[in-house]
Order: sequence, then C-alpha cells, then structure tokens
Amino acid sequence: MNTSRRGLSFHLLAGFFVLFVLFLYGPTATILVLSFQGPEGGLTFPMNGVSLHWFRNLFEQQAVGDFGGSFRRSIALGLMVMVLTVLFSVLAGFAFRRRFRGSGALFYLAVASLIVPSILVSLGIGLFFNILGLEPSWYGSALGAHLTWTLPFGLLIVFAIFNRFNPAYEEAARDLGASPWQTVRHVVLPILLPSLIGVGLFGFTLSYDEFARTLMTAGSFNTLPLEIYGMTTNVTTPVLYALGSLTTVFSFTVIGLFFLGLILLRRNRLRRNRFPVAGT
Amino acid sequence: MTLTAETPRPSATAAAGRARRGRLLPRVAPYLQAAPLTVTLLLFLLVPILTIVAVSFWDYDSVRIYPDFVLTNYVELLTSPVTWKTYLNTLKYAVLTWAITLGIGFTVAYFLAFHVRSTTWQMVLFLVCTIPFWTSNIIRMISWIPFLGRNGLLNSGLISAGIIDRPLEFLLFSDFSVVLAFVHLYALFMVVPIFNSMMRIDRALIEAARDGGASAAQTLWNVILPLTKPGIAIGSIFVVTLVMGDFITVRLMSGGQSASIGLMIANEISLLQYPAAAANAVVLLAVVLIMVVAMLRVVDIRKEL
Repeated sequence: MNTSRRGLSFHLLAGFFVLFVLFLYGPTATILVLSFQGPEGGLTFPMNGVSLHWFRNLFEQQAVGDFGGSFRRSIALGLMVMVLTVLFSVLAGFAFRRRFRGSGALFYLAVASLIVPSILVSLGIGLFFNILGLEPSWYGSALGAHLTWTLPFGLLIVFAIFNRFNPAYEEAARDLGASPWQTVRHVVLPILLPSLIGVGLFGFTLSYDEFARTLMTAGSFNTLPLEIYGMTTNVTTPVLYALGSLTTVFSFTVIGLFFLGLILLRRNRLRRNRFPVAGT
Repeated sequence: MTLTAETPRPSATAAAGRARRGRLLPRVAPYLQAAPLTVTLLLFLLVPILTIVAVSFWDYDSVRIYPDFVLTNYVELLTSPVTWKTYLNTLKYAVLTWAITLGIGFTVAYFLAFHVRSTTWQMVLFLVCTIPFWTSNIIRMISWIPFLGRNGLLNSGLISAGIIDRPLEFLLFSDFSVVLAFVHLYALFMVVPIFNSMMRIDRALIEAARDGGASAAQTLWNVILPLTKPGIAIGSIFVVTLVMGDFITVRLMSGGQSASIGLMIANEISLLQYPAAAANAVVLLAVVLIMVVAMLRVVDIRKEL
C-alpha cells in the first residue's frame, strides 16, 4: 500500500481497472462512430461510407416525432428541477442542523423516496391526478415526480457539506455583529457555493435522463427520454445513434460549462482572496 | 477558534432586537425551512403511494375503474403462476447484477483507494469512471446493440479470429444481455459508496495490521472489508432496488423475451388495468422494503451520514 515498489497485485488491479473503463466507454464510443454511417449503412458495422446523413435526417424527419420540442421541454424541465432541488435541499439542510419535531420522519421519507421504484412514483402520481381529474403535464406532475428523485440526493449531498462545514465562521460573523441573514448571505452561502453548483448539476442530469418517472406524468407532450424510448421501438436506422450522439454531446457540454463556471468562480475568489477556500 | 459569551456586542439595541426575534424565529425557522421538501415529498411520494394502495382494492373492467373494496386484484396476482415466475426472474436479475457489480465495485474502489497514491490521480481516475454516467441510460443500453448483435463487433471479431464459425445467438436479446446492461448501468452505484467508505478508513489501521504481521489478504479480509461494509450496503441497496423496479432495460435488452415485475406493471398500465398494476406495485414495494430492511440489519447505515 505505501510501499515504494509496485507489486504484481498493483498491475493486476490496474489491468482490471483498464478493462472496466473500456467496458464503460466501449459501447458508447461505438454508437458515436456509427452515427457517422453513410446513407446506405445500417445499425451495425461495417461502416458504409462516412456522412452526416443521419444527423440531417434527424432534423428533417419530423414524422418520427417531435425531437426539437421534446429536447426543449427536457432542458426547461431540467433547469426547473435544478433550481428547486438546490433551493429545497439547502433550506432543508439548514433545518436539519437544528432539532425539530418530525425531522426523523422527514429524513426517512426522503430515504424512502430513493428506494421506491420509479415506476411506482409514476403510477401513483398518474392515478392521483386521474382521480382528481387533473391533467398531467411535464411542468407540473412530471416536475414533482422528478423532484422525488433529485431532492433526496440533494439533501444527502447538503448533509455531507454541512458535516464538513466549520461553524466557527458563522460564530465569527455573529460576533462581528452580522444578523442571521447577513451571516447566511455573506458567509455560509459563498462557502457552500461550489458544492451547491454540484447539487444543481446533479439535479439537472438526473432529470434530463429520467424516463420511468416521466412515463405516466408527462401528459400529452413528450420529454426527450420518452422520445428516444419511442424511437428505440420503431426506428431501425442509424438516426437513433445520431440522436444518441447528439444528446451525449449536449450532456457533456452542459457539464463542461458547469465545471468551467466552477473554475472561474474559484479563480475569481482566489484573486479577491476574501474567503478562505479551506472552509469548503 | 473558541468564542466566549463575553465577546463585546456592537450595540445594546441590536442585541435586544436579536433577543426578541430570538424567541420566535429560531423555533419556527426549521419548520419553514423544511416545508418545501416536506410538501413536495408528501404530495408527490406519500399521497401517490397511498393512492396506489387504495386503487389496488378497486374494481375495474375493460372501460374504467370503480372505487370499491375487492381483494380480487391480489387474489388474481398471487394465484397466478406467471406472477411467481416473473418474481423469480426479477430476483435472478437482481442477485446476478448485485454479485457482479459488487465484485467490480469492490475491486475498482480498492484499486483507487489503496493502490493509486496521489490524490490528484485518484480524483482523475474516479472522474473517468463517472463520466459515462452522464449519458442517457437508454442511449447506453442501445449502444450494446452494434456490439452484441448477430453481425455485431463481438461476433464478427470471434468469427474472424476463428474461435467460432457461427454467430453466437445468446449475446443479444437474452438474459445475458439484460444482466450485462444492468452491470453497465449500475456498476457506478457500487463503486462510489464503496470508494467513499474506503477513503474514510484511517490509513494507520492498515499500517498497524501490517506491523502486526498481517498479510495483504488478511488485512483486506479483517480490516478493510469490515470497515467498508456500510458502503457495500448503500451500493447494494441502490443496485437491488433499481433492478427490482426496472422495466426499460428488461424490455429493450431482452427484446421482449423476458419479463420482470416492473415490466409486468408497465404492461398492465398500458392496458389501462390500473387496479391490477396497483396491486402488483404494492407487492413489489413490500418485497423491495423487506430486502432493504434485511440489508440495513447487517450494517448501521446512519453512521455513514
């Protein structure tokens, strides 16, 4: 372990790790390559020429479905889920720092939310809306369904953040005369900010991918995962791979932007040197 | 930094104001702060589950559902051999996926935590493992098709290498491809919590074990494994519950040849047999909860938080 020489076990484990990474990346890389299949090509190798045919096809062939609309809805839904997840889980995180009646029950409810199979949440909300005579919608019932998946994760991350949070900063602020709100606004939140960006990113990606919880709750308009799922059952051309590649590139762009923001934030903070990063 | 009560206050009035507010606000604040989370979970989790339980006792025909109290949904469900077969099949997927992801998760986490020495490399390699998780699950599933299909990469590779002379049919649309896809989708859910547990292990303990004359295998078995149990439990809960409730993976990867409870429920939903789906859902929830409680008896997960 801390020995300077690297024995056989290290090489075996490293080999295993490399295989694992290949296992994770291999298939996805395959469809990335296959989405550039020529117009005559099929769902498998060999490549029949190289073209952007299937990407063009994706945007032309609206008969397949409402790709653009579902994409926009998924992004809008993801952003709403992101904002609400950060807001609700941070607020609840503050609440859990003190003792309050029902905190145990609420914690178990949140954990239960992770364990209850997605299809049950979908079915339950669908039935509930049905009985009340309400129309399910992607911005209403689906939003709620997604939050039951993202909030527990958000809450657990916020717990972990607060566990590492040094309360001395707050006490110092209080002793310098800051009101509770000022303490939160100028001390706690800036220290928490990078982690909160992580919570938001998590919320967005979970929602952007969520299929089962959207199934019965999205109403008459599809989100992107529902659209892709529909395509898997009736599309047998590489246009499916083109869509896969496009959404993958999009996910990576979003995550790249988040990380860029995080780096800029940190650099900015180091330059101003107003808050020590060590507290985070 | 230690702070005492005698720290000078900025002004007496501010202190008085704080004290006045201090009586009511701090007492109400936690409730207000927890309210959005509570309301969301009650409205979109607890109430829907209670709805499912209620509807599972309702009556239905091919046209609509009727509020009632009948046990037929449960009787039909539990007396059908199809149900039992489906449950067994789902359990088989869960156990296989759990065992394989546990093996992979433990090995990968062990390598990252104990064999990779610099923290930077640890983080880089860890990120490398999490990146595929950022792609849509359905895309990750269909990405196996050009790989495992009859004319897929694996079959053509094996044929051109002369190992087989006919394409292997069991690779795609089989139990094999279902479990493979599950492992591909959920291995990370095992790696992350186990890695997290391993990183918390005080390195001095391992040092001590070695100084005490323990071999690497003994250290692994008697020190690392017991201390990693909470992580294993969390990962297991994730993997098992995800597989038990799944229906897309089973439908896509088995090509409609295999069944799972989730798939059964999804089919009943699409046939608008809501009370039957609800009864099935209640039984599924009970089974999942029993499995989770059993896993929690083995380790105290609250210590992890």
